[in-house]
Amino acid sequence: MSMLLSRRDLSFLLYEWLDVESLTKRERFSLHSRETFDAVLSTCERIATERFAPHAKKSDEEEPKLVDDVVVLPREVKPALAAFAEAGLVTAGMGAEVGGMQLPMAVEKAGFAYFLAANVGTASYPLLTIGAANLLLAYGSEEQIERYVTPMTTGHTFGTMCLSEEHAGSSVGDISTRAVPSPSGDRYRLFGSKMWISGGDHELSENIVHLVLAKVPGGPPGTKGISLFAVPKWIEGAGGARVRNDVSVVGLNHKMGYRGTVNALLAFGDGKHTIDGEAGAVGELVGELHGGMKAMFHMMNEARITVGLGAAALGSTAFLHSLAYARSRPQGRKLGERDATTPQVPIVAHADVKRMLLAQKAYAEGAIALGLYCANLVDEARTADTEEARDEAKRLLEILTPIAKSWPSQHCLEGTSLAIQVHGGYGYTRDYPVERMYRDNRLNPIHEGTHGIQAMDLLGRKVPMQGGRALFDLAARMRATIARALAVRDEGSQRLAGALEAMVARLGEVTAKVLGAGDPEKILANAAVYLEATGHVVLAWTWLELALVAGKNMGRAEDSDFYRGKLAACRYFFAYELPKVGPMLALVESLDTTTVTMKDAWF
Amino acid sequence: MKILVPLKRVADPDNANKVKVNAGKLVTTGLEWKPNPFDEYAVETALRLTENGTATKTRQGEVVVVTFGPKDSETTLRAMLGTGADRAIRVDTGDDQIDGDVVARALKALVEKEKPDLVLCGKQAVDGDSGQVGQQLAEYLGWPQATFAGSIESEGDKALLVGREVDGGTIKLRVELPAVVSVDLRIVAPKSVKSVHTPATHAYPEGVRFAALMAIMAAKKKPLAEVKLADLTSDAAPKIQYLDYELPPARKAGVKVKDVTELVTRLKTEAKVV
Ligand SMILES: Cc1cc2nc3c(=O)[nH]c(=O)nc-3n(C[C@H](O)[C@H](O)[C@H](O)COP(=O)(O)OP(=O)(O)OC[C@H]3O[C@@H](n4cnc5c(N)ncnc54)[C@H](O)[C@@H]3O)c2cc1C
Repeated sequence: MSMLLSRRDLSFLLYEWLDVESLTKRERFSLHSRETFDAVLSTCERIATERFAPHAKKSDEEEPKLVDDVVVLPREVKPALAAFAEAGLVTAGMGAEVGGMQLPMAVEKAGFAYFLAANVGTASYPLLTIGAANLLLAYGSEEQIERYVTPMTTGHTFGTMCLSEEHAGSSVGDISTRAVPSPSGDRYRLFGSKMWISGGDHELSENIVHLVLAKVPGGPPGTKGISLFAVPKWIEGAGGARVRNDVSVVGLNHKMGYRGTVNALLAFGDGKHTIDGEAGAVGELVGELHGGMKAMFHMMNEARITVGLGAAALGSTAFLHSLAYARSRPQGRKLGERDATTPQVPIVAHADVKRMLLAQKAYAEGAIALGLYCANLVDEARTADTEEARDEAKRLLEILTPIAKSWPSQHCLEGTSLAIQVHGGYGYTRDYPVERMYRDNRLNPIHEGTHGIQAMDLLGRKVPMQGGRALFDLAARMRATIARALAVRDEGSQRLAGALEAMVARLGEVTAKVLGAGDPEKILANAAVYLEATGHVVLAWTWLELALVAGKNMGRAEDSDFYRGKLAACRYFFAYELPKVGPMLALVESLDTTTVTMKDAWF
Repeated sequence: MKILVPLKRVADPDNANKVKVNAGKLVTTGLEWKPNPFDEYAVETALRLTENGTATKTRQGEVVVVTFGPKDSETTLRAMLGTGADRAIRVDTGDDQIDGDVVARALKALVEKEKPDLVLCGKQAVDGDSGQVGQQLAEYLGWPQATFAGSIESEGDKALLVGREVDGGTIKLRVELPAVVSVDLRIVAPKSVKSVHTPATHAYPEGVRFAALMAIMAAKKKPLAEVKLADLTSDAAPKIQYLDYELPPARKAGVKVKDVTELVTRLKTEAKVV
């Protein structure tokens, strides 16, 4: 059994729940079948297991170093990424026009989850490159696609995303990197610095294309004046010569986890590598002038779902490790066993350990399900038969994105913490991998928009958008599930359906009340609590969906342990987690302003 | 060179804790299947022998994979077509239990039809660990055989120089083709296999190659034929009867002994090991 992800679970989610096989009736996926999906998953599992996982510990211990301006990484990283590219995985989800395999997004993401679980530090490079390529495919000109995307598809060029600056992280509108058009207007020179750039510099690929947000002087203030630029590390000079662009590493950040991903402070246009005798990093405008945020959101939305899935993948591998440990660690005896000469039982026999394992299972498997559900919505938004269905999928994706990013980041982090707890003192040492998984997972609530920013995105933007339509769509899907559960004639399903129905109704009520509060400060004061409550309702719904499939398929299959596990995890979620929603919503509904009225000086 | 590789799928050995026995039979439902690792090495070896290491995409021969099993065992064959095998044959056995001898006899008939220059097989399947098919097949065919190969070098596709690991060193055997060769783990080391075209300095990545996504798509179009077991051998009755299966006994708890004397006594009288 893989210690990364459960293949049985992926098959369950993809085929038994999401029915991705039915996508093969659509033109875009018509060359596929379950057999190709399975083969791709196997290839991903093998490369992740054989080439990514083995150096995860080493990448953590030997963090990237800057030696004579060159970033030094463990030597295993480059061949691992070469294997990834050679297998055609960069373009797995892309269209045939760029040599892609046109896999459904849910299958592609399920495959990618293996890499995220195996070694997130190394997996970040293709994550960023695939995101950058998809952005360019959506917003780049034909020449830009040819120039930048083509070498990305073969793994010769990697991508980055450069939004953050030292003084402007959450508040992207306040960035100060400038882009000055050349006299001819076809190129720009960029000046400024970018902080926290993952994959910002390395020798892993022949070239790096930075996708940089910058302001063109004279534009409107804030985010409306931001444009997007492609700034390669190496540009083509006269006669096709490789010329070093004016981008340089100022320093590397020393991180708590995710260490395999080099993270740099980059200087653009500081004159270290002048071009035609002048300072300024040469870049090309991507998309429209001042349209940078919209384009960058293409990459960010994709990345947010992948970040959530990454948190889930780390939660999953930590769960599997702690499960294996719990099965093999003898300690103590069953309650009531007084005879001290009887053998000790493995700790998996203790209810409290099972509680910790169930919590991890409910968090990790639920979060993977949610991630794949969102990935499936991307395909629906792109290929559903009717415009109505495509629009609905888009709205659902909008409202679920902050949840799919934040919920796993919060709860699968808790899951990795429980994985340490299951190991007892051993979990607190570096001899076991769970503490690394915890440190790796600690990033996820921070990057790609912090938890707080996601909360404001949900309650401030996504919920009120189009008069609350996305939330209505989501509630309608939940009600449909509830109706299916009610139609199952057993007491358990009825009870779960009833519990979820009550919470969905409460969520609607509370949302209306909060949005009616008028004062934005009041509305958003408890946005993070609202995000968590909504997330819990979404996950309860997800678990009910999974339990319905498990209940249906249990009768005809003999691996009933698997299905029973799903039902138990669902029951756990409804018994231990869903009840937390009530108090959270009560707080949100009360429009409590403790945090608003609290004064700095009182701390 | 034309190479035939028999391939068996086995229940994922990592899931051994899921294996259940019911009324003296193994319950196979719900098990995850994997190609027998030694057979995967055999396929990798066959691919290396039929290509020029530095230009792996140009094939210099044919690799035919064959399995015995029900319809869904075709997944295993497709997977091998995805890594580079050219053609596949499934000998339909339904869910019937067969033994190595049936497989060897049926393979003999298949070899006579397909006329490969070489049959390459894994040294054993990791489920039953019988390790007999290759040897039996060679016997039935009257072909030379070399077992447990750790290295293979093709001599003009007329003979193979096969390295076998033995205590204290390696024996090299020259086998004239056609022949049956079974392979061991070391065969997938970077420099273990040399075709007539492989440059002397070439080194493969360690292990078995991955199926690239494009190759997976291409594999859908590669030929996969179905043959009935009865068409290959008139006598498909297994010689080996499996009477019963039982799971290994669970480990019992240890006991503490007071001193060495007691330990020795108990090792003598109870464990009877000294
Ligand atoms: C390992 C790592 C990798 C990264 N990779 C990249 C990358 O590749 N490219 C890139 O562009 N960036 C990257 N980032 C940057 C990341 O996106 C930012 O760190 C993040 O957006 C937060 O910005 P900040 O660090 O400046 O914190 P701040 O914005 O200063 O936030 C500090 C705290 O204040 C809160 N806060 C801020 N503003 C508000 C507000 N208006 N209302 C309420 N609360 C608020 C935040 O939620 C947070 O808790 C990376 C960061 C890390 C740590």
